[in-house]
Order: sequence, then C-alpha cells, then structure tokens
Amino acid sequence: MDWALPPNYSTHGVVIDQLFWIIFWLTAAAFVLVEGGLLWFIFKYRSREGQKAHYTHGSNKLEVIWTAIPVLVFAVLGAYSGTKWAEIKNASGFPPDALQFQVVGKQFEWNITYPGIDRQLGTADDFTVLNQFHFPVNEDIVVNLESEDVIHSFFIPELRVKSDAVPGMVIPVWFDSRQAGEFQIACAELCGLGHYRMRASVTVHETADYEAWLASQATAQ
Amino acid sequence: MATMIAEATGQAILTEEHKQSFLRKYIFSTDHKVIAIQFLFLTLFFLMIGGFLAMMMRYQIAWPDQPIPLGGIFPESMVASGYILPEFYNSLVTMHGSIMVFLAIMPMLVGVYANYLIPLQLGAHDMAFPRLNMYSFWIMIPAGILTLSSFFVIGGAAGAGWTLYAPLSARPDLTGVALGQQMWLASVVLIGLSSIFGSLNYITTVINMRAPGMTWFRMPLTVWALFITAILGLLAMPVLSAAGIMLLFDQTIGTSFFLPEGGGQPLLWQHLFWFFGHPEVYILILPAMGFTSEILAVGSRKPIFGYKAMVWAIISIAFLGFIVWGHHMFQSGMNPALGLTFTISTLFIAVPSAIKTFNWMGTMWRGNLKLHTPMLFAIGFVAMFAIGGLSGIFMASTPVDIYIHDTYFIVAHIHYVLFGGSLFALFGAIYFWYPKMFGRMMNETLGKIHFWLTLIFFNLVFFPMHGLGMVGMMRRIYDASGYRHLEGIADTNALITWSAFALYASGFLFAFNFFWSLWRGKKAADNPWDATTLEWQTPSPPKHGNWAEVPVVYHGPHEYSHPGVTDKDWLAQNERPDVPSPAGGH
Repeated sequence: MDWALPPNYSTHGVVIDQLFWIIFWLTAAAFVLVEGGLLWFIFKYRSREGQKAHYTHGSNKLEVIWTAIPVLVFAVLGAYSGTKWAEIKNASGFPPDALQFQVVGKQFEWNITYPGIDRQLGTADDFTVLNQFHFPVNEDIVVNLESEDVIHSFFIPELRVKSDAVPGMVIPVWFDSRQAGEFQIACAELCGLGHYRMRASVTVHETADYEAWLASQATAQ
Repeated sequence: MATMIAEATGQAILTEEHKQSFLRKYIFSTDHKVIAIQFLFLTLFFLMIGGFLAMMMRYQIAWPDQPIPLGGIFPESMVASGYILPEFYNSLVTMHGSIMVFLAIMPMLVGVYANYLIPLQLGAHDMAFPRLNMYSFWIMIPAGILTLSSFFVIGGAAGAGWTLYAPLSARPDLTGVALGQQMWLASVVLIGLSSIFGSLNYITTVINMRAPGMTWFRMPLTVWALFITAILGLLAMPVLSAAGIMLLFDQTIGTSFFLPEGGGQPLLWQHLFWFFGHPEVYILILPAMGFTSEILAVGSRKPIFGYKAMVWAIISIAFLGFIVWGHHMFQSGMNPALGLTFTISTLFIAVPSAIKTFNWMGTMWRGNLKLHTPMLFAIGFVAMFAIGGLSGIFMASTPVDIYIHDTYFIVAHIHYVLFGGSLFALFGAIYFWYPKMFGRMMNETLGKIHFWLTLIFFNLVFFPMHGLGMVGMMRRIYDASGYRHLEGIADTNALITWSAFALYASGFLFAFNFFWSLWRGKKAADNPWDATTLEWQTPSPPKHGNWAEVPVVYHGPHEYSHPGVTDKDWLAQNERPDVPSPAGGH
C-alpha cells in the first residue's frame, strides 16, 4: 500500500497539503540530524581502551544557537499556519453566496438537509436525505453542522475537511470540490458502538447534473 | 533549618525501626523505598494488563472478519461466538488508554521513582510525610480493583475513550454503559487523591529536606524533573477530579454541566479535561527526561551538557504546559480565533524539548560511551522522543491538523511520546536503579536482547501508523472495511498486529529477567555504574533511614571525568571537598 495522502480535490486541500509537505521536509531534516548524530556519536565515542571523556559543562553559545533557530522556524511556521487557518475556518470570511446545507449527525447516521432549487435553507422546498450528500462542483459549500446526541466528526478525506458536530452548537464549515467524484463522509470522533460504520456517500456533480438530481428529488418528495 | 528537619525525622525513623512488625515493614510500610517497590510491582502488573487489552484491539483491527482465538473464554457480553463486539472494542480502547496513563506509566514514573529517588538523591532519611506517602500507595489498590472489576459489571467497562468526551460519557442511554463509567470516574478520583498526596510530599521533601550543601543547582536533573512534575500534578489533578465529579453528577443525579438539553456545554468537559490533560502529558514525560539525563551522563562519563539550560527547559515546559491545552480541540468547534493562540504556544513548547534533545546529544559528544542496557534505553529514548516531538509539529500547524486530527497519525504520535519516550526511559530506569533497589544486577545479555527487540518491534508497530494516518484511517474504529479511502491498508494493519504481538512477547523476556534476577542476579556493588549522585554512596539496598550519617554535598550532580581527579573518572557529590568544582554545575 502507499503511505500517502489521498488525492486532493479541494481548494483548501492545496494549502493543507503544501503545509504538510513543508513540515515533512523540515522534520525530515531534523530527523536526519538527530538520528544520524546519535548513530555517529555511538560509533565514534563508544568506550575503548584508554579513552577519556572530554570534561565540559556545555556552551552558552551553542545554547543560544539551538534555542534561536527553532524559535525562528516556529515563529514563521506559526504565523503562516495561523493565517491560513483563519482563512479556512473563520466564519466571518466565508463567501456570502456559498451554497448552504444543514448536516445533522446522529448515532449512527448523517442527515443532510438540502436548500432545494431556490438555494436557500429554511424555505419550503428544503428536503432531507439520509446518508447521501450531493453537491455541485466548483462551488463554495458551507455546511452547518449539528448533532442530535453525542459529538461526531464530519470528515471527507479527499476534500481535506474535518470538523466536530457538537450537540447544542451549529458549526459552519466551508469547503469545495474542484472535480466531480464520489467520496464518503466518515465519522472521526468516537460516538458509540456504531462509530466505525457511521458513514455517508458524497457525490460531487457537474453543475447541470446537480440540478437534474435536485429535480429528481423534487419529484420523489 | 532543612538539616534540622532532616535530622529530626531521620532520628525518629531510625529508632522506630526496631519495633516494626512484618506487616508494618513490608505491607503498610512508611519507608519510601518499600512504597516505591510496592508501586513498581503494581504498575508492572497494570502495564501487562494494559498491553493485553491492546493485543485484543490489534487482533480486531487486523482481522475483523476472523473470530479471535480462545474467544470462548470471554463472557458473551464481550466476545460473541468468537467475535469481539463493537461495544467491547470501545471498552478496550478506553481502558487500554486509561490503564496505561493512570495505573501504569504515571504511577511508575512518579509513584516508583519520585518515591525512591527524591530522598536518596537529596540525602534525606525519608519523605517529609511518610504516612501520607503510605496512603498514596494504598489508595491505588481500590482504584485498581474498581478499574478491573468494571469489565464485569452490567454494561461493561467505560467505552467513551480515555478522554471521556461528553455527552457520550454522560448519558448511559447512548452507550449502554452506566456503572462501568461511574466506576471509572470513582477510580480516577482516587488516583487523583493518591497523586495529590504524593505531590505534596515530593514538593515538601525537595524544599525542606536537602542534605547540607545540596543547593538547588546541585540537585540531580532527576530530582528537578520530579519536583516540577509534582507541582504540575498538584495543580492539574484537582481539575480532573472536579470535572470527573461533575460528570458523575451528570450521570447519576440529573445535573447538566455537560449536557446541552439542560443548558450545559459539551465543550466545557473538553476544556476541563485538557486543562488537566496537557500538563498530564508533561507529567508523563518530564520524569522520563530526568532519568534519561541521569543515565546519559553516567553512560557517557561526562557532566550533563548545559545543566542549567536543562533546568530552565524543564521549568518552561511546565509553565507552557498549562497554556497549550486547546491544541487538542482545534477541530472541536471552539472559536477558531483561539486556534492561532494555541498554535503559537504549542510551537513554543517544542523549543525547550528541542533544547533538551540537543543537550543530550551534547552530553554524548566526545564522551566515553558505556553502552550498557540502561544507556541503550536512554539513547533509545532520545531517538524515539525526537520522532514523537517532530510528528507533533504537524498537529501544531492548525491547517494540517484539520486533516490528521483523529487519525492514526495521532495514535503514532502519542505512542512515540508515551512508549518510545516514557516507557523507554522507564525501562532504562528499571535496569539502572534495580541494583540499588534489590541489591542484585539484572542480566545484561537478556537486557540487551530486550532492548533490541523492543526498539525494532516498537518501530514496526508505530511507525507505519503515520502512514495509516496519512491515508486517513480514523482512530478508534472497530472495522475499517467499507471505506473507499481505506481499501489497501489490510497488509499494513496485519504487519502492525504481528509486530505488536512480538513487542508484547518481548515484555515477558523483561519480566523473566526482572523476577529471575531478584533471586539469581549477580550481587550488586554499592555503586555498580560508578555514578556520582548520593543514592550510590550508600549500601545496595539502602537500610531503613538510608544513611548512617547525613551526607554533606560539595559538588554538582554529574562530575564525571573531572580533570582534578586522576584515580577514577567520577567524583561523588559528597567526597573530596578539596577538589574545586565549577559553581552551580556550570
């Protein structure tokens, strides 16, 4: 099997994956430095006949260097992460014309309420479907997450989206998909004995197909 | 003043010794060394139980469609017609974590080694409050019994995860677990009490009972780490106890602290739990860092590189440890504006850990490395803790955390810190202080085999879990089939499970060595490792009261290869006042 991130389909995913790989290479370098250093020291300074250890209590210069470098790296990483995080998660920055859905988690199912043809939640043409999430490609989606019983977590790996659904709260989550496809919602927070099978299908349609699907649902209702 | 107290308590204890019955001496003992050994046996037992629960989980994850061997010996409520039930799997997940944290690792780090080492390394006769110390052990017994028996009550053991997120943990109607969860909470309140008693004792002893000349900056790093850990425990455990009692009320008498129906807030539980839980993480790692520092200095025959930097690193970890709890909650629905604050504090707490890692390497640099078993485990600690620290950076970066939160990446991370970190250091500590505790050496060949098996299989178990996390495998799932993104991970999971079995089996090699050496081990000298700290300057094992006369300290804790000493490569803290030693260990 490949130990790899699944292919990414979302706009936010580009940023997330980019940061993942930046950190991967940073930590890989530190990994080689530390583990390589340890191996080298074990080999080079292993006890042999007549060997004497070098008596030292340390070096203030080195302490300053190996404090300052991580501080600088982390400050930059923290500032960049924080900026991107705010862009992804701050509800005040969500596009006002995003297509809104309501998703309610419940042991052990996902209830998805659709805005209908008028694209507005809370109107007469809304309808709810169990464990099937359809939405159009290349459009900003905002899901208002709720839970009826315990905490669940709404996770679509290929869209790099995850957020807990907490009873008593409505948590807006913004994402999109830049390609049509079939995915799944997985529950990522332990929610009881059926946690492992709390999943729903996700279908990202081309715009015209989404409208056709909506129409078919309207007739079915 | 400090000396006076030390001498006064010492006197009392020494005269008391003669009238002690067997029961007083070995069972209800107030001797810190006996209590430490009692904790050691108790925690090794729970380590074995916690590991066994993990083996059952691993079987289920690798082969969800196959009945478990010998499944028939379990009650129908756990294993039905050979298959582990999903609700029992949740209990396994929960109890594995809870037992390892609360009944194995934490009491082994603190109950065993704070108890054993603080008086001995400081030159005290015993703890400040020996009787309180005895209670702190005996409270653990009902806690352990409650924990184990909860598996057999109606509804089974707690199944909401060791983090007990409400409302799942608060509403029995949603899990079917009522009594089991309440027993868990009662048990954790008792453990909290034990920990608070212990912490009070350790703090008081360190402040008041240091031998003459044992200034703060002559204390071994072990004592520094255990002292700061005790402060963390004293401040953090009451929060968990209070939260646990609130949760118990929600379950039993109809309050709704954490239940939205009654106006409560589920996130309040998470804030309280992690306000305890993150300092707890450092309770679980700081003592391990202390042992590692000690063993690395002894094994490298060098003073600790940057002793003062190490002390300040411990102190800053402890301080920062109280303001990073929100990083467990980035995806919890709390206000995202808090995310940035916790990202910054979290990244900054990595700095002292990095400083410590570099100083450990500095200690080994140009040393004369004696690669005995304790040293191997100490180096193993540095190597594994580094991986756990580095993987933590992924989670600290909030956007990346969106994807890897609640996946096996986290499982890998916590085990690199808690097993690769804490448990490696503990194995090192057991091998290292065993001769002092029991007067015999553990077998060195078996010890080395145990080290290599542990290192290899530990990495085969937990390194691939980073890969599973990248693929997107969620934590705590009973069966990964049915997910399209998780197709193709079966081989990895089987590899992990086989390696986990081998890892667990290598633990029995350790257990054999441990018990065999109790009776058959080579007799230990007073100072078998040529170490400088005070505990090695008294007989192995030390007599009741530790010292015939209180030692006087002249030197820093790790004076190895001192150029002013030519006949040997170490200078005990209490010998040769004529040899000049750099002030404050610098």
